[in-house]
Amino acid sequence: MPRPRCGAASRCGVAPSSGRYGYALRGRAVPRSALPCTPKTAHSTPSNCRIQVNGVKDGTLDPTANSAGTRNGFFSFSAFTYRASSGWRLIPFLVAALVLIPVGTVMSSLFAPTGDVWQHLVETTLSDLLINTFWLALGVSAGATLLGVSLAWFTAVCEFPGRKFFSWALFLPLAIPAYVTAFVALGLFDYIGPVQTALRAWLKSDLSWFPDVRSRLGVIIVMVLAFYPYVYLLARNAFITQGKRSLEAAQSLGFSRTQGFFKLTLPMARPWIAGGTMLALMETLADFGTVAVFNYDTFTTAIYKAWFAMFSLPAASQLASLLIVIVFAIIILEQHFRSRMRYAETRQSARADRIPISGWRAWMIAGFASGTLFFAFLLPVMQLSIWATHVFARDFDQRYLEFLWHSVLLSVFATALTCTVALLMVYAARRHSDPATRAAVHISTVGYALPGAVLAVGVFIPIAWLDNWLGEIAMQLFHIETGLLIQGTLATMLLAYMTRFLAVSHSPIDSAMQRITSSIDEAAVGLGSSGWATLRCVHLPILKSGIFTAATLVFVDVMKEMPITLMTRPFGWDTLAVRIFEMTSEGEWEQAALPAVALVLAGLLPLIFFVRQTER
Amino acid sequence: MNPLLELRDIRHAYGTQTVVNNLSLKLEKGAIGCLLGPSGCGKTTVLRCIAGFEPVSAGEISVNGAVMSNAGFCLPPERRHIGMVFQDYALFPHLTVQANIGFGLHRMQKAERAARVGEMLKTVGLAEVPDKYPHQLSGGQQQRVALARALAPRPDLLLLDEPFSNLDVTLRGRLSLEVRDILKNQNATAILVTHDQDEAFAIADEIGVMHQGEIQQWDVAYNLYHRPANRFVANFIGQGVFLPGKILDSQHVEIELGTLAGDLPHQCTPDCQLCREGNAVDVLIRPDDIVHDDDSPLRAAVVHKAFRGADIMYTLRLPGGGIALSLVPSHHNHAIGEKIGIRLETDHVVAFRQSAP
Repeated sequence: MPRPRCGAASRCGVAPSSGRYGYALRGRAVPRSALPCTPKTAHSTPSNCRIQVNGVKDGTLDPTANSAGTRNGFFSFSAFTYRASSGWRLIPFLVAALVLIPVGTVMSSLFAPTGDVWQHLVETTLSDLLINTFWLALGVSAGATLLGVSLAWFTAVCEFPGRKFFSWALFLPLAIPAYVTAFVALGLFDYIGPVQTALRAWLKSDLSWFPDVRSRLGVIIVMVLAFYPYVYLLARNAFITQGKRSLEAAQSLGFSRTQGFFKLTLPMARPWIAGGTMLALMETLADFGTVAVFNYDTFTTAIYKAWFAMFSLPAASQLASLLIVIVFAIIILEQHFRSRMRYAETRQSARADRIPISGWRAWMIAGFASGTLFFAFLLPVMQLSIWATHVFARDFDQRYLEFLWHSVLLSVFATALTCTVALLMVYAARRHSDPATRAAVHISTVGYALPGAVLAVGVFIPIAWLDNWLGEIAMQLFHIETGLLIQGTLATMLLAYMTRFLAVSHSPIDSAMQRITSSIDEAAVGLGSSGWATLRCVHLPILKSGIFTAATLVFVDVMKEMPITLMTRPFGWDTLAVRIFEMTSEGEWEQAALPAVALVLAGLLPLIFFVRQTER
Repeated sequence: MNPLLELRDIRHAYGTQTVVNNLSLKLEKGAIGCLLGPSGCGKTTVLRCIAGFEPVSAGEISVNGAVMSNAGFCLPPERRHIGMVFQDYALFPHLTVQANIGFGLHRMQKAERAARVGEMLKTVGLAEVPDKYPHQLSGGQQQRVALARALAPRPDLLLLDEPFSNLDVTLRGRLSLEVRDILKNQNATAILVTHDQDEAFAIADEIGVMHQGEIQQWDVAYNLYHRPANRFVANFIGQGVFLPGKILDSQHVEIELGTLAGDLPHQCTPDCQLCREGNAVDVLIRPDDIVHDDDSPLRAAVVHKAFRGADIMYTLRLPGGGIALSLVPSHHNHAIGEKIGIRLETDHVVAFRQSAP
């Protein structure tokens, strides 16, 4: 029986397919079903799981074949996995537990409020927090939806000068963490900032009419500029993939194109638009850095303060439990829209001809797009570069390199861990697609909706408890003072990262895996390829791009993550994000610029792949 | 009476590639026409020109005498009052069945609209699923919704673009007869585009066979099969082979299997060059022209056989080396290689000038 060798990819019989990179950006996995054209092949386990035993030829044992097989590394993977399958089965459940334990921990404090802590919260901060959160959520979701949908419509449906450029350039703000945009905005437009100073000098006025940047509206505007790309991405996808067929159908039923847009295009895109809005909303609720810079108290900052200023873990977890309730409501809404998306998927048909727009209208649109791009991307980048060059000579030193090193090291560890777990989970789900496993996978990927501050609390409490328990046991059994074993180590941090970013890596790897249908496996086996050879020659080339995308996204997300890093880092482990937090809380905008530049550069990485893939 | 739809010498080109060339056709009110042809012959483009989704670069399209399109003019689709059933149905996924059907009735009063929707639901047999969404329906049901949606505003003309191509074969046959009944009941005028001749035969009153952007023959199904206008139509419609023959006189032609009698060709004119005695021609022999007869002295060897239930399609090698098809009742079961008796049984002749070697 000829066995395929894994030499050149072409000899494997499967050309490495062009990657469908996952659609996950900035910590939020955009649901695969958000994309109307994603293949949805059920990945069922091949029912006729073939156990191939090398060396058995035509029913008789052939020792030469056996030795040749093992020499080439082709021993039976199928047999191996078959036996090990009970172990595979547990992986999704273990990971689901990792999500459920923090959530359960935090939630338990909701149902068991400790009287005085609760009393204190209600009396002092709670109403402010709720009001602040409400207005922020409302403002950001409304603003991001308006901005995202209108830009998506212009770039997807209309033709105006610069459309091609804006189509991808409008994704660029995703590269800048919201807290960076925030401190740049403050640095620029604050009373002592260059803009107001220049205006005062020029107008010879005290500028009392100038709106206060450090206000509710200021936070909302900054977050809208940072989060509109989520809506833009999904709405644009919906508009583009709707194709021209449905619009033609509307025309043949007596509607003009413009009527068709409002009567058909917009309602058909509603689940996508709502999905994008929900993503923006989750980001808003999870945000810590931006509101911290603006001193705008929300749940995340309150949790942080309760822990680090008041040293009250019960208060922190009480607040976290409230936030989690709000987030769950959003998740449920998001899942609802996601399922609607699945049903509202349209078959891909020819792309509609764009509506040509000319004259002053075209320039208005171009101006609108440029304005958005300027404030959301160009201005922050320019200001950062100016500040960074100012302080470069002074700040680019051993300490800066240490922040960078910590960030990179942490990101690498977290990426390796997260991607490995995601890969194992995808394989496990592929082998066992029973409802329980699917539910476990589903739960595991919900971690992405949990705000970092909540996760930090939820991970810290059980680990502290475990530490105490281990310490007691060690004391009783061996009379050893163990101190803190896990608490305050990198392990805590990595666990929290993994819980939060698993979805980010799961989504692209899972999409890649969807392309490996069970018939591909069977074809490989049928062609005489053994398990390992199939894995190396067939699976790996197909999964490669998905794994790569996953790794890039997680890497960048971990680098940017602020609250988890702040709240669970081992003593002395300062990263770029931590440095930015420290500098901005002292109003040292210039000094925050240099680490921010590194984050923006890292953030551009996945964006380049993403843009290249969507605009191909 | 003016025809409801008239296409006069229309031309359509994508860039430099001419897709439809000098195409003309007329359709009376209440008739069902069909454009039949292999994929890429331009039939869907003709349909899209009629609907107004594509402009014409020459010629004229008119409905009820009103110009829809000509070289410099294209009435927008929404003002043509022409309904369309798309190949992929293009149902609106976010709307229920009744909302889909009622979509085009936006100028009606609410009550009137509900009544029309109810009527259409009953017509297409979906009265029990008005509140389902398209994804909850089977392919056949989706097709009916698409038909009902297009018919609801009572269009002057209905266009159907390969309406059954997404359905499985058994459903296709049943639904095409059903669709014909619905169209006739509604007294709709319709044009169907398809590559499936069975479908065309089942639905259409008149069929135009298209090839390379032109209509080769516009006729009823019977004539397309029995009196094809040219070789392409003869080849495309039904099965059959060409056997070489020689003209005896304007009524007779001789082939290996015997002498055939009939007008030759059927549109023969007095100065026809083809009918001259002694001319070499290709004669179309359909599988039903050759009858199995054990007593016949004429023998042919079975080369291939395809069992089709009621009958068997034999591929035969004639004594002279030519190949012919014969449709034989299936209890006449012969083995490959066996020689069976055959007899020619025709009542007309289809012959074309022998193609240049």
